[in-house]
Amino acid sequence: MTARAMESDRQEAINVATQWQLMWWRFRKHRLAMTSLVIVILIYLVALLAEFLAPFTPDEFQADYTYAPPQRLHLFLETENGLRFQPWVYGYKVEIEEEALRRVFVPDEEVIHEIGFFVSGVPVTLLGFLETDRHLVGPKDPEAPMFLFGADKLGRDMLTRMIYGTRISMSIGLVGVALSLILGILLGGLSGFLGGQVDNIIQRVIEFIRSVPTIPLWMGLAAALPTDWPPLRIYFGITVILSFIGWTELARVIRGRFLALRTEDFVIAAHLDGVGQMRIILHHMVPSFLSHIIAALTLAIPNMILAETSLSFLGLGLRPPIVSWGVLLQEAQNIRTVATAPWLFSTGGAVFIAILALNFVGDGLRDAADPYAR
Amino acid sequence: MLRYVLRRFLLMIPTLFGISIIAFIIIQLPPGDYLTTVIAQLSAAGDLVEEDVIAGLKAQYGLDRPMHVQYLKWISNILLRGDFGTSFEWDVAVGDLIWSRLGLTVTLSVATLLFTWAVAFPVGIYAAVRQYSWGDYFFTGIGFVGLAIPNFLLALVLMYVAFKYFNQSVGGLFSPDFVEAPWTWARVQDMLGHLWVPMIILGTAGTAGLIRIMRANLLDELRKPYVKTARAKGLSELRLLLKYPVRVALNPFVSTIGLTLPILISGSAIVSVVLSLPTSGPLLLRALIAQDMYLAGSFILMLGVITVLGTLLSDLLLAWLDPRIRFDD
Amino acid sequence: MPVERQLSAEDLLLEVRDLHVHFPLDEGTVKAVAGVDFDVYRNRTLCVVGESGCGKSVSAQSILQLVDRPGRIVQGQIRFHRHDADGSVTVTDLAALRSSSRALRAIRGRHIGMVFQEPNTSLSPIHTVGNQISEVIRLHLGEDEEAARRRGIEMLERVGIARPAQNYDAYTFELSGGMRQRVMIAMALVCSPALLIADEPTTALDVTTQAQIMSLLQELQADFGMGVMLITHDLGVVAEMADDVVVMYLGQVAEYGDVDRIFHAPAHPYTKALLRSIPNLDFDQDIRLDSIRGMVPDPFHRPAGCPFGPRCDEVIEGRCEAENPPAFSLGEGGSVRCLHYEEVALS
Repeated sequence: MTARAMESDRQEAINVATQWQLMWWRFRKHRLAMTSLVIVILIYLVALLAEFLAPFTPDEFQADYTYAPPQRLHLFLETENGLRFQPWVYGYKVEIEEEALRRVFVPDEEVIHEIGFFVSGVPVTLLGFLETDRHLVGPKDPEAPMFLFGADKLGRDMLTRMIYGTRISMSIGLVGVALSLILGILLGGLSGFLGGQVDNIIQRVIEFIRSVPTIPLWMGLAAALPTDWPPLRIYFGITVILSFIGWTELARVIRGRFLALRTEDFVIAAHLDGVGQMRIILHHMVPSFLSHIIAALTLAIPNMILAETSLSFLGLGLRPPIVSWGVLLQEAQNIRTVATAPWLFSTGGAVFIAILALNFVGDGLRDAADPYAR
Repeated sequence: MLRYVLRRFLLMIPTLFGISIIAFIIIQLPPGDYLTTVIAQLSAAGDLVEEDVIAGLKAQYGLDRPMHVQYLKWISNILLRGDFGTSFEWDVAVGDLIWSRLGLTVTLSVATLLFTWAVAFPVGIYAAVRQYSWGDYFFTGIGFVGLAIPNFLLALVLMYVAFKYFNQSVGGLFSPDFVEAPWTWARVQDMLGHLWVPMIILGTAGTAGLIRIMRANLLDELRKPYVKTARAKGLSELRLLLKYPVRVALNPFVSTIGLTLPILISGSAIVSVVLSLPTSGPLLLRALIAQDMYLAGSFILMLGVITVLGTLLSDLLLAWLDPRIRFDD
Repeated sequence: MPVERQLSAEDLLLEVRDLHVHFPLDEGTVKAVAGVDFDVYRNRTLCVVGESGCGKSVSAQSILQLVDRPGRIVQGQIRFHRHDADGSVTVTDLAALRSSSRALRAIRGRHIGMVFQEPNTSLSPIHTVGNQISEVIRLHLGEDEEAARRRGIEMLERVGIARPAQNYDAYTFELSGGMRQRVMIAMALVCSPALLIADEPTTALDVTTQAQIMSLLQELQADFGMGVMLITHDLGVVAEMADDVVVMYLGQVAEYGDVDRIFHAPAHPYTKALLRSIPNLDFDQDIRLDSIRGMVPDPFHRPAGCPFGPRCDEVIEGRCEAENPPAFSLGEGGSVRCLHYEEVALS
């Protein structure tokens, strides 16, 4: 094929591409967003398969190992037959620090704990129906200590708890955004489509909500949740509170799109052709701004996660026994505790990566949502 | 201009009303009312609660009346007599507790706002004028990092570093000698010495956001034809940059106060808890946990009012800066 | 290259020679201006005409190096002849200066004034008219606030703005589009430049205002004796305003000559097609207006050979696809880039 023919083929492909294809092509060019998308997908996979991926269960504890520091993971083991691939860690031994007179854990170089794949451990239910006692990684000897990210004050494995926390924190983002979306579409759509007085009132309400400092308001509402509620209900209560304030941004985007589209030629043309109101909205308007909404949704998720983390950190959001990133970070609230056990911060790293990746994906989507704009 | 100011003031009234409603709802939310809590406390302390005391309290707070009467009673007490009710936990008038803390909250928020601006404005200009340069990427990167770290985590990390490596405690707003001292110049200086830590923590995310806003606005403005006109007049690049696009981009920048201020006040609540600052945050948190609802409600009310006033000021500033708004009525 | 005409060299203001302006983009390099020559003389109006995208605006803006990034002059000369009061002439190659250099800035607004297409967006929305005018006066003539104000108001009056003293303190959004364009013209001419470049000054205005602005320009030219370079896509404007005409197509000068010759004996097939496409009151009502076949090619894919070849009715098979014709002289300073005129030029 000649270069020119290839060029015209490419042109042809662009001409007939659907909006989603165009968006995907544009998104794909955004390298940072693509990398972030992979990370986000991985994080959600972790949330989905927490039971299998985590070496233990979040409440499993080994009282002998409170605040045990993270172990260094060694990948190759020296045997008589030379090096072979066999991950392992040293055991712990306790020493008394002279000055502070406190117990510290140091690696015990005499003891080697081998780490295996698909080891059997505590039985868990995967995806809600798969009964298994297999975990992706874990010590071959179930009694052996393995704390790759260290242990908390009860001797629970931080890595395990972080993995389980992923599920709550990442899902609260999704659920909260879904709730916000319903409110946002309903009110933003009404506002943009009906215009006039309805629009005016809804806009005032949005302005009002946005002008109130959110964290004190969240704190006030979250504190009102009865302490004796079961964890699941608290979870939903918090989600409702977060989305009660979070919907405004989505409503603003949706309204803006509706207003912009109302005067677009293709919508007017559909009107003139006698297409029904509902059909115009569903077949002509919604598809053309769906991409924008998806971008706005993606950008709303990190805010939800941050809000949950902040509230739980303050002790007003989710509470143990629920394990979320915020709950885990609450344990790092006391600076003296953190000074002796800095690995309690590791959850902060997870929050950071998740928020950053979601922001990049959202930015990429927003840029890609306008395939015709420069 | 006068009409604009007037209209802006009128618009503020429903917002303030809405905030007072929300604060009132929050006060009412926990199960049981104020009196139940008081009686429970008094009985717990072993005191006998006399019927007429209860009746007196009931009448004072209008608790035997329907909800809207209670609201009216509450709000008119605040508006007419500055009486915010009593804190059960501290057993003093709420008014005595909140003012100094609100004052410090405002000080911290305004200081942070100024810090945010002082950094974001020049950096935003730089990033726009040198778009896609090394510096632009650097600041964009810092910006993203700033957006992705929750305030409280940043505070924790900073405290950790200070504690671990400098053996210093960075919490608080005053040195021990000045905590209870009356306001003097020395105390102000002492406070300024402590203020920068929460200011940076609180300001990082906002600065990052503002840099992005300033950069985007200025990039838009730089493409506008009037820049070319100014260039065709023979103005030097720096002069035309500052006089035209930067000046025009300043307006949306100023209007972000309205968005930034709630975020700062909101964020200061949580940062203050971590750094144990004598601002509203920690006391509000304590009040909420102890269900000291008049105190908590008053904080939420007043923080909302401060935000609304701040937004009003920024709108007036904007109108003063931008003739298009002034004339548009 | 245009041959010297009867016009005296003393009146020469601007010589543009072999100008190339490129826009290096991700998708490829756009050669917006690909070898353009023309001259502008004192007291004469040069009209540059062509379809949108032909590079006429870029040519005009590159004279003061105002082309938007990433566009830049890659080749050629822009020789500006500065006539001083004592009769001496200094020649500066504007293309060789840095775009932010002091030398170029001293010429912008002082010796060469410029008027843009969109009066609505070409003026700052948040500065008063007076602020924007007096700025030029103070910058180039070094006058104080007071004197600048007097001169500014005088200039506003000169361009036909009613109540000039009042409107001097007005914001531009308080003025109509036509008024704003008058303000733009006042701003461009307030330092009495020798050359005015007007880049489609009336495109954004309604027809009556257009006519007013055009006659204002003619009047001012008569008063100030300046050279005018007028960019337009409107052949009506050309007929009314021009002394000399440059017809541009795809970044090249298709044809150059004086206005009478261009209208009465167009040489280039593109010029002929352009002239056929304007309505004429003398024609019969039922004659359809011709439009030019095809579309302006994609800027990334310039046709090989003559750029107008793919749309031309007079293609010479086998040659036009292969050769990009050079400019052939038509005598009297006129020239044309078309192989049909090879022999004419030789003879």
